[in-house]
Amino acid sequence: MVFNKILVANRGEIACRIFSTAKRLGIATVAVFSDADRHARHVGMADESVNLGGQSSAESYLVIEKILHACRQTGADAVHPGYGFLSENAEFRAALDTAGLVFVGPALHAIKSMGDKITSKLIAKKAGVNTIPGYTDVVVDADHAVAVSAEIGYPVMIKASAGGGGKGMRVAWDEAACREGFQRATNEARASFGDDRVFIEKFIQEPRHIEIQVMADTHGNVLYLGERECSIQRRHQKVIEEAPSPFLDEATRRAMGEQSCALARAVGYQSAGTVEFIADAERNFYFLEMNTRLQVEHPVTECVTGFDLVEWMIIIASGGCLPVNQDAVVLKGWALEARVYAEDPLRNFMPSTGRLVGYCEPEGEGVRVDSGVIEGGEVSIYYDPMIAKVITYGADRGEAVERMSTALDGYYIRGVNHNISFLSALMGHPRFIAGRLTTNFIADEYADGFNAAHVSTEDSLVMVAVVAALHHRKMARAALLSGQLEGREYSPPSDWMVLLGAQSFSVQMHSDTSGVRVLLANDEWLVETKWRLGEPLVKAKVNGRDVILQVESNEITFCLRYRGTELEARVLSPRAAELSVHLLHKEPVDMSKFLISPMPGLLVSLSVEAGASVKKGQELAVVEAMKMENSLYAADDGTILMLSATVGDTLAVDQVILEFE
Amino acid sequence: MQDIIRQLEQKRQAARLGGGQRRIDAQHAKGKLTARERLELLLDAHSFEEWDMLVEHRCHDFNMQQTHIPGDGVVTGYGTINGRLVFVYSQDFTVFGGALSEAHAEKICKLMDQAMKVGAPIIGLNDSGGARIQEGVASLGGYADVFQRNVLASGVVPQLSLVMGPCAGGAVYSPAITDFTFMVKDSAYMFVTGPEVVKTVTHEEVSAEQLGGARTHTSVSGVADLAFENDIEALISLRHFINFLPANNRERAPRWPTDDTADRQDLALDTLVPEDPNKPYDMHEAILKIADEGAFFELQVNYAKNIIIGFIRIEGTTVGVVANQPMVLAGCLDIDASRKAARFIRFCDAFNISLLTLVDVPGFMPGTAQEYGGIIKHGAKLLYAYAECTVPKITLITRKAYGGAYDVMSSKHLRGDVNLAWPSAEIAVMGPKGAVEIIFRKDLHDQAKIASHTEEYKAKFANPFIASERGYIDDVILPHNTRQRVARSLAMLRNKSLENPWRKHGNIPL
Repeated sequence: MVFNKILVANRGEIACRIFSTAKRLGIATVAVFSDADRHARHVGMADESVNLGGQSSAESYLVIEKILHACRQTGADAVHPGYGFLSENAEFRAALDTAGLVFVGPALHAIKSMGDKITSKLIAKKAGVNTIPGYTDVVVDADHAVAVSAEIGYPVMIKASAGGGGKGMRVAWDEAACREGFQRATNEARASFGDDRVFIEKFIQEPRHIEIQVMADTHGNVLYLGERECSIQRRHQKVIEEAPSPFLDEATRRAMGEQSCALARAVGYQSAGTVEFIADAERNFYFLEMNTRLQVEHPVTECVTGFDLVEWMIIIASGGCLPVNQDAVVLKGWALEARVYAEDPLRNFMPSTGRLVGYCEPEGEGVRVDSGVIEGGEVSIYYDPMIAKVITYGADRGEAVERMSTALDGYYIRGVNHNISFLSALMGHPRFIAGRLTTNFIADEYADGFNAAHVSTEDSLVMVAVVAALHHRKMARAALLSGQLEGREYSPPSDWMVLLGAQSFSVQMHSDTSGVRVLLANDEWLVETKWRLGEPLVKAKVNGRDVILQVESNEITFCLRYRGTELEARVLSPRAAELSVHLLHKEPVDMSKFLISPMPGLLVSLSVEAGASVKKGQELAVVEAMKMENSLYAADDGTILMLSATVGDTLAVDQVILEFE
Repeated sequence: MQDIIRQLEQKRQAARLGGGQRRIDAQHAKGKLTARERLELLLDAHSFEEWDMLVEHRCHDFNMQQTHIPGDGVVTGYGTINGRLVFVYSQDFTVFGGALSEAHAEKICKLMDQAMKVGAPIIGLNDSGGARIQEGVASLGGYADVFQRNVLASGVVPQLSLVMGPCAGGAVYSPAITDFTFMVKDSAYMFVTGPEVVKTVTHEEVSAEQLGGARTHTSVSGVADLAFENDIEALISLRHFINFLPANNRERAPRWPTDDTADRQDLALDTLVPEDPNKPYDMHEAILKIADEGAFFELQVNYAKNIIIGFIRIEGTTVGVVANQPMVLAGCLDIDASRKAARFIRFCDAFNISLLTLVDVPGFMPGTAQEYGGIIKHGAKLLYAYAECTVPKITLITRKAYGGAYDVMSSKHLRGDVNLAWPSAEIAVMGPKGAVEIIFRKDLHDQAKIASHTEEYKAKFANPFIASERGYIDDVILPHNTRQRVARSLAMLRNKSLENPWRKHGNIPL
């Protein structure tokens, strides 16, 4: 029988996600929360909640005794760990067993053996799963790392044994990088997992990350639910996932699925698990690791299979059988997931924290948003910067992509910086649309960072038409101001100039019963919208096509976001536009002489001293934020004039770290 | 007759050309528009009616009789902004450097007199090198004539100055008296004495920009209310700004229709005030979420940032906002903040603009700098302004309202019409720590006792209840309902009528 009360030992979107299934199944829910999460969405969603105290996860969500205590306190009989935190922690699993509580996840043995990357490879190899050439034992020191790497052949990847999520991973292309990478990976592994063991393997070029979702029950039934492609990653952190993969053929899919099931059987797996593979251009695939938990990106599998994986996990944990067999698993349609992170793509994706001053999720056909935040909530420095996941589903990949673009246009987040523009830009990227993905996609295509000012002609015309229509609305309202001279009331002119970025467009506006007609570039654009003054989202039909733009306007400017573009527009009278040629172009204050902290964080190291001369690309400082070490590099050759901060300082965003001559 | 018309056309042509093409080009090269171009952008198209285009100076000294330019360096008249009447003068730097002559001053005075008679705002676009030195005391007299009118018009019609070029010496006192002064960055500067004189007298080396540029006056001195990037932005913004103001002191604040509903709730406000009483939050968010369409026209953005002032609209009607800003100096009242807010409150009172005061104030700023600087008198200005004010006054305490600062910030005792509080409000003589250390001085050595006294004090005073039991707070409201409650209160107060006792004038502690 299914249990009565489930405690979710997690926070954020995944806690909310699990609660919603539990509620549907009629299971009572218990949330746990840290002091920092007092007002978090998941707390409000559960039937009961228990404060774990503390701020950081190490003081709260990671403290096994506190979770156990919460179970006792509330009488919860099962615990779902979500992902991250204690989800793959063997000690936690064992402690629950001892306490007589059900763990919604695999058995201890599976967690232990798959949790160690070295052991897992050995088991996989034995089970007939393809594995990558490499040295699967623990590397003892930098010299050893160099020796091992030479044997495998560069490039190599140095990875934390206990790792995940990109932490404690370094690629080395030569001996020097290998030594440095070993040190870094060890340090990060110690900081993140409390375990500094690392290993080394062959680094595969043009790799694609493809993973298989497996499900196994306690009755020996094992099946696979197709694949997910998660090649769009930034610094080993997944950004876009999809199911199915545009790359796999049926034979490869089956081979991967069967090997995955073989591995699951080999470790006596039960519950949801994911077998991650790396695939090369020839569709060779190699086992990477098995994640013994629900994956972040599980919703895409849910969309294409129609199954609720959390429900299945609960059924399995309570001793039930898998509800279907392999033949009943049919992949239908296409699903995409975009991870919305609180990080600024215009500042090299530095994490951003703060209060969600404005927040509104998109809705629509084939759109699902899994989120753990609410307007007025706090994105704190203590946890993962992922705010939400946008999942779209369509009959084919094209439809899923189009729905994703529209959903992202309508996702309104203010108060913290976020990567939505970047996600939108990915959706419009020709190589993404063509499905030519590798895990280096972002590094290759955005080598010089992301620029949100790039805009296609068509998109810019849409933006201009909409801005013209909004301006028209504003003027029409201004014309209703009280106190005007009778008989000389203001009647707004119809000719205007719209300046968008560096371009200018002459427009003529008229409104009639269907909407605002904008004469622009010799065409008439009909803009129909129910937009109300002050609303940040403009949902409109432009020449019959549905568009969503985000607009913030003041007396002078309209700040627009649309399809990955962030641009400022101004509407001037033709005379003002004409006179603006006389204005002086003012150079912004030159900040290139300063190295500024791109985010709030801790200054972990400074690699230079005053008077030192540095080369372009040389590392100058490391700032730690959200458990990630972020290196700051010299943008140009130069000499350090002075250091303005010292190691150990807590830095504010834009704080000057050092000054160049 | 034909001849006269031809002559007239010639004179007009000359007036339009001001100081000539060469000087117009020089003006443009500095990134500045001409006096007439500025009026074109400020006023509704074709609404400008010019007066005294043919006025010329009457100076015969220093060969001035050789040079006559019709208009004499200032373009004056009236027109409309958004269909509403305004009187304007725009100094023409291309004509004698915009220097003020007797005739130039007379033109300005004429339009000011007329504006007073019909009750319409006066807008000055200043771009002048100063007094017409050749005219000597006649020019000085001209300044004083303008000042006298500025003073008489004060509180009768709104007066706005947009400084778009130099404004030095005596000339600065006209903008100083007007209700609002705006400046254009990099081209405008204002000072009583210029950098050369400063150097001679005090040996200080300072550039005109540092001494009296837009950045200086909007962040250091507080002389100017806003700085704009260039002439065009400044003029467009001024058009928007004047939409907030009534034409004169007998007219109601202007109103326009809005799509934003009065009962809009904002759940995010419920979490705006952090649990930790020492953690700051941005009061702007409360203002933006209360305001129609999330629009706030803030003034003096970079000066005395511990207090926020500016205009919003509620149900389409202008409301003046004064708010403590916990992000800066914990929202303490100091000399600059008191002066900044006091003058704004008096403007609103003079022009029938209701006031919304958002309070999170731990008190007045302590220290010798403040005491020696006269915080007693300057703080009293704010107190005086609130106390004498008769327009509708709505006060919302979001968190701290401690000590004398509680009294000052539009409290019930100063005739606050509707005084509301959020549940996070703490109304007390001082914060728990300070209070306990005074009341229980004998227990100071005993940490445990002090802690228990602090808890006791918090339970008693760190909430809005005592004040509401006494009726000092009319109601404790949930933050998400704030807009609705404020809007209702304003609607109720629309016909408020209150008069102060007859007097020649009060004696505000200057």
